[in-house]
Amino acid sequence: MSVLIGENMVGGYGGADILRGCTVAVDEGEIAVIVGPNGAGKSTAMKALLGMIELNSGSVRFRGKEISALTPQARIALGIAFVPQNNNVFTNMTVFENLEMGAFLREDDISETVDQIYQLFPILAEKRNQLAGELSGGQRQQVAVARALMSQPSVLMLDEPTAGVSPIVMDELFDRILEVRQAGVAILMVEQNARQALSIADKGYVLVVGENRHTDSGRALLANPEVRRSFLGG
Amino acid sequence: MSNTRKTQISFALIAVLLLIIGFAQSWNVSLGIFNLCLISAVMALGVNIQWGYAGLLNVGVMGFAALGGVSAVLVSKAPIAAAWSASWGRLFIAAVCFGATITASIYCYRKLSAGRHRNLAITAAIVFGLFATRYFLDPAVSAIEAIEPAKTGFLGGLGLPIIFSWVIGGFVAAGIAWLIGKVALGLRADYLAIATLGISEIIIAVLKNEDWLTRGVKNVTGLPRPVPYEIDLQGSDWFLDLVRWWHSGSLSVLSEPQQQEALKQFVISSSSIFVKLCYTGLFAAVLAVILLLSVTALNSPWGRMMRAIRDNEISAGAMGKDVTRRHLEIFVIGSAVIGIGGAMLTTLDGQFTPTSYQPLRYTFLIWVMVIVGGSGNNMGSVLGGFLIWLVWIEAEPVGVWMMEVGTGWMDEGNALRIHLINNAQHMRLFFMGLVLLLVLRFSPGGILPEVVRKRVAKV
Amino acid sequence: MEILTDVINAVVLLLNFVIVPALSYGSQLALGALGVTLVFGILRFANFAHGDTMAFGTMITILATWWLQSKGVSLGPLPTALLALPVGILMTILILVITDKAVYRYYRRHKAVPVTFMIASMGVMFMMNGIVRFVIGPNDQRFLDGERFIIRARDFKAATGLSEGLSIKVSQGLTVVIVILLVIALFWFLQKTRTGKAMRAFSDNEDLALLSGVDPDRVVLVTWIITGILATIAGTLYGLDKSFKPFTYLQLLLPMFAAAIVGGIGNPVGAIVGGYVIAFSEVVVTYAYKKVFIYLLPQSLEPDSLLQLLSTDYKFAVSFLLLVLVLLVRPTGILRGKVL
Repeated sequence: MSVLIGENMVGGYGGADILRGCTVAVDEGEIAVIVGPNGAGKSTAMKALLGMIELNSGSVRFRGKEISALTPQARIALGIAFVPQNNNVFTNMTVFENLEMGAFLREDDISETVDQIYQLFPILAEKRNQLAGELSGGQRQQVAVARALMSQPSVLMLDEPTAGVSPIVMDELFDRILEVRQAGVAILMVEQNARQALSIADKGYVLVVGENRHTDSGRALLANPEVRRSFLGG
Repeated sequence: MSNTRKTQISFALIAVLLLIIGFAQSWNVSLGIFNLCLISAVMALGVNIQWGYAGLLNVGVMGFAALGGVSAVLVSKAPIAAAWSASWGRLFIAAVCFGATITASIYCYRKLSAGRHRNLAITAAIVFGLFATRYFLDPAVSAIEAIEPAKTGFLGGLGLPIIFSWVIGGFVAAGIAWLIGKVALGLRADYLAIATLGISEIIIAVLKNEDWLTRGVKNVTGLPRPVPYEIDLQGSDWFLDLVRWWHSGSLSVLSEPQQQEALKQFVISSSSIFVKLCYTGLFAAVLAVILLLSVTALNSPWGRMMRAIRDNEISAGAMGKDVTRRHLEIFVIGSAVIGIGGAMLTTLDGQFTPTSYQPLRYTFLIWVMVIVGGSGNNMGSVLGGFLIWLVWIEAEPVGVWMMEVGTGWMDEGNALRIHLINNAQHMRLFFMGLVLLLVLRFSPGGILPEVVRKRVAKV
Repeated sequence: MEILTDVINAVVLLLNFVIVPALSYGSQLALGALGVTLVFGILRFANFAHGDTMAFGTMITILATWWLQSKGVSLGPLPTALLALPVGILMTILILVITDKAVYRYYRRHKAVPVTFMIASMGVMFMMNGIVRFVIGPNDQRFLDGERFIIRARDFKAATGLSEGLSIKVSQGLTVVIVILLVIALFWFLQKTRTGKAMRAFSDNEDLALLSGVDPDRVVLVTWIITGILATIAGTLYGLDKSFKPFTYLQLLLPMFAAAIVGGIGNPVGAIVGGYVIAFSEVVVTYAYKKVFIYLLPQSLEPDSLLQLLSTDYKFAVSFLLLVLVLLVRPTGILRGKVL
């Protein structure tokens, strides 16, 4: 059973439907990646899972339970964490305060989680008292992901985490994401850098005009000639 | 209900209210209110030009109205020769110093690169320049103010007919608006609002304190008029004949001596009404001209371009429209209209009282007029000007009357009763705020919302 | 020795006419500006009703003070108004919360542009202004009791033998002390408590704060509570120091906006810095330095003009000038508040 699944989703931002009956899911301890051309509905699918857009039909289920009617905040409280593409840190708060805000809904002692985060992202331990806005782009992305992880989620959703970062930073980020999966968190990612993303993906979804075009393991998709031709540059 | 229908009904309603006031209180009062309605409509039009055409939030209306008012003084009052001869030399040098200060500051700003040195240079230029200017200005000012301070104590004006000031006032307001617009129009809407509010306060402060120019808080009274004086009317034969003929019905039933008495009363009140009607004619003419120009402009290609810019600045800019220059144009034109209104108001008052320029009464009240009447709609602003002014001015006596009736069961000397009746007038502020909030919430376009139709002429 | 006395006299002159009044006025402005900046940072609009909110809070405090005074209650050398403050604060918070529910909440729900909020706050301003004038009348009200001075000018002169006296009013001393305490409390709240951090996060990045589970309604409520507290205390302190007249508080609106913007809007430290910058500018620029220079310069160089940059009538104009300057030259303010 998938931890999080959006099945046959149809909907959009109020006008025409962007999603036309696509299905996206992520299983426990798995990395699922959504790729596709611009306008395919990748980010829209993710937002639908989170409840930020209304679905005309289809259902979203978390651990088997229907959550289509819940607000985004309610879904977050269940254990879904989301890292937006832009504006994903509190720039005027320190790195540590960003982590604290990530754990806002938690009542227990967070110091153990903080230590885990510092182990996962050592640079954050170094810069813990610095304002997040003063960090470089790649470091900020780490803060963004760390903030989301502080709530000890079951599912971590990332919207184009490597957008606008250099290749080296991108590799580092993907390494971290792999480590996060080791820790048992299910990861759902939307990515433009399809090749690199699919290479670490357990499951890949290729979306075109709001529909599933190809669904397979990451490795299979990378080997698929049609996929290579359309999205991976041959 | 279409806008045309709403316009007809609204103005009919206002006419009815004015008629009621005419019968219930007096025709003098009713006409007086109507004249102020006309002036308010002009000012509201000016604000609407800035808000409706360009989305510019000018909360400094008070300042521009005051500039129009001071123009009335500076145009119509005769020059005071003694004051000029005592001071012109030093005034000239002071003006040169002031100009030099500004030029030096701008020069430093442009030529030097940003940083400590530039800031120091500019500060030094300003401090030195100010001290130098004051060195020459202060004795000149004392000289001017020493000349008959109780009666004049200022430079006087140009001695031209006061009606010229309506145009000149517009130009003065436009000029200052151009200066302000050049520097401030890049700001976001709410910041522009605060900036314009601050600038208008500065303008009022200058008008209040530079006695040598405006007599400051001593006020300038006895401004010449564009219409006849009541006294002159009461003495002229043709007017007496007119009154006799107008009231021939009621006079004929009276006896001879009573007729003379009655005639005297009629002449006095009629002269007042006649004067007011003259003003009405003038003001209505001005309003009609400005309204016509505004409507024509709105329906012209220029007007369409303006609205396109307002609705989507970024696209318009990308299409090569010089957005900043257009905004400046609108800001200047709208302020000119407000200035004309201010000049008209001071003309009507016959005196210039800087302390009467209060932000609540001017700026904020006029904004209520624009919003309630219909923001973005010229006719709407005119309607708003009439309606809100009517409500504002009648709220005081009506409120007091209601309070008296409401507390009628208490005895005369009851402290609470006295307090309530004395302060009833302040509740009109409360109701004005309530009206604004209700309209903003339930009818945000106002009574006559902006019409967005493709090829039909807009009003 | 002569020179030393002269210098000290000059210093005392400056203390008495420039530094002490500016400190006191700056503290009052800082409190007011804090309220403005909080609402701007968290609710994201310029609250034109803030001045009249201060008037309202002060009015209630005055009424409560009069009632206490009529019952014979007093606080010794300190003004009785301090005892009446809690009542004023409570009523102001109540009014603010009601206003939010009746007016602003609708526009938040419908994601209205900041200009709409601003115009709505103008309407609220009208209503509050009307209520205050209606209830307490438009005239001057004095409600200061207890001791007036901490140090009197003539006592100072007698004690030190100097020719210039220093006087410090109780209200001035109270202002500075209370403001320091309030600012410490506010900063402790914002930095150390969960709700405070939530508010800072909300002001920093609203969407992300919501994604972290922050409750927006709670943040809004706490904002209005803090605003009510700050506004009432600031208004009361100003009224004790100068006097209470409903009209004055509308006039104070601009220096307060100026202080908040100059310091960096949305930034609490900025509001405080801005308050003092504006206050000191107003006083320093309009003070006549003639006497100071008479003390400091040898006889032959003594000036005979007032040596005043701008006349005192232009006091308010100074803050507006600063405001306009900052808006044009450095809109984010001294401490880099929200971007324009």
